Amino acid sequence: MATWKRTRGFWVSVILAFAFFAVVEWLIASGTLNVFYVNTLFFMAINVMLAASLHLIIGITGQFSIGHAGFFAVGAYASAVMTMKLQLPFAVGVLTAGVAAALAGLIIGVPSLRLKGDYLAIATLGFGEIVRIALLNIDYVGGASGMTVTHMTTWPWVFACLFATILVIANFTNSTHGRACISIREDEIAADAMGINTTYYKVAAFVIGSFFAGIAGALYAHHFYIIQPSNFGFLKSFDILIFVVLGGLGSLSGAVVAAVLLTIVSTFLQNYPETRMIIYSIVLILVMLYRPTGLMGTKELSSLFKWRKAAQGGMNHGGKNTVA
Amino acid sequence: MELIQQLVNGISLGSIYALIALGYTMVYGIVRLINFAHGDVFMIGSFVGFYAVTMLHVGFVPALLLAMASCAVLGMIIERIAYKPLRNAARIAVLITAIGVSLLIEYVTIYLRGAQPEAYPSTLMPDRNLELFGVVISSQSLFILGTSLVLMVLLQFIVHRTKIGKAMRAVSHDAEAARLMGINVDNTISATFAIGSALAGAAGVIFGIYYTKIEPLMGILPGLKAFVAAVLGGIGIIPGAMVGGLLLGVIESLVSGLGYSLWRDGAAFVILILILIFRPAGLFGKNVREKV
Repeated sequence: MATWKRTRGFWVSVILAFAFFAVVEWLIASGTLNVFYVNTLFFMAINVMLAASLHLIIGITGQFSIGHAGFFAVGAYASAVMTMKLQLPFAVGVLTAGVAAALAGLIIGVPSLRLKGDYLAIATLGFGEIVRIALLNIDYVGGASGMTVTHMTTWPWVFACLFATILVIANFTNSTHGRACISIREDEIAADAMGINTTYYKVAAFVIGSFFAGIAGALYAHHFYIIQPSNFGFLKSFDILIFVVLGGLGSLSGAVVAAVLLTIVSTFLQNYPETRMIIYSIVLILVMLYRPTGLMGTKELSSLFKWRKAAQGGMNHGGKNTVA
Repeated sequence: MELIQQLVNGISLGSIYALIALGYTMVYGIVRLINFAHGDVFMIGSFVGFYAVTMLHVGFVPALLLAMASCAVLGMIIERIAYKPLRNAARIAVLITAIGVSLLIEYVTIYLRGAQPEAYPSTLMPDRNLELFGVVISSQSLFILGTSLVLMVLLQFIVHRTKIGKAMRAVSHDAEAARLMGINVDNTISATFAIGSALAGAAGVIFGIYYTKIEPLMGILPGLKAFVAAVLGGIGIIPGAMVGGLLLGVIESLVSGLGYSLWRDGAAFVILILILIFRPAGLFGKNVREKV
């Protein structure tokens, strides 16, 4: 019974998530949600995945990475090559995307371990740019004009990937490994002295984070018909960073809520891209000046409002037990 | 001969990087902040120079001075509004604010004047080719190199021979001790931003003359590369930024000279990652051990 009490929140969240899935599936099937809303929903889910995966790297492990769009791009292109060039099924594409991005995470993660703070940030930024420039120069994937990709992303796929992302990241945070990562964030030298293998956990966070960014990339590539290197510049990295920072560094539900809200805002401002960026940047500066902890600080949504969570549409499931 | 030609081009390009890198390195040295908005100050300088030439019909030197002055003011305003309140905040908060300021400057510029590029008037500087031992050197590259050298010598003079320069060195060494010695730390930091931004403004005008085309997002890539140059030379070290900038320019020119011009932008970042892995303190830096 004690176990049930501890995991009750988790199972309720899972059930809520599936209920949300069923409702949306029914709405899409019955045609109540038009293409515009479905597009926004998919985009939101992709952004949530990106935010959650970066949250693991920055918010939990404290490794300041600002090249997340690089992993996203690796995933998008890897999956597109699988499905378009090699004619393999979408599932293979999604999996390859994750694995390819995780490998990229490993490649950037291992040497970056010698770097801290600002230097790490700049190195990851450089990595993101190298990925973009490399894609621009490889003719096999279309160079600057990019690749056309068939539309294969469906709601069940999006939901499954989103669910897996949140579930894995939330449970990772709660596990021994997650605690180790948090201790690295708080004080790396102390963590090292306590016998935590900091190298291992930092790489692990990079690999897991980039794996899910890669999967988000696969969904993105197969939803928007065309992928171009210019979609994955560092403005994209900054977008993802903004989700995590505005949500509150160290708060998974904060990152999720910020991703959802900002996706809605940018959808409405789609026709005014300059205004959107001006608002974004002013909000970013003001939040940093007056509330540097972000919307949620390190708190999770569930610790603030017990019942408001259901109203968020099950997007925050699994984050329940996390008090980072 | 081809090689020497590329070398000359590289040095001209490198002197632009060096001018921008100086601002990065000075600001980093004094407040430990990567001023992401620095590349955009460079862009503003370029536009001020452009409008000064096309609207006020002034020559090169007044345009350069005007650009430097407006960038100095802009740099001080940025520091006062965005960075000063965060002086004791977490590093990540400051870095994100810097990104925010950078985006703000870029998109306010686009909002005000549109994203269309502008062509620098070619009449600003006589373009004659000089032939020296079979190498064709344009008078422009010589002029660019000359201007940068003058500015760098001036900077060395300010940093090493004047009172404010002494204050800057003291604050960058130990801000707390400098405050106790009666140095006005806030003003010193403002002066650092002003000088660094003025150099970026000058680089903007020179860049405009050299590349002709300017646009609101032009500051991003040179800004990042100048940062690479600053890291290459050892961040916080002024001669390091000069050498790093020149070296980066030469490497880039050699990469495009070898026929990989599309990979030119990648080269800078590969250098960055290599230098960070093998010698994070940079060419001129000393390794500092972290103490608990």
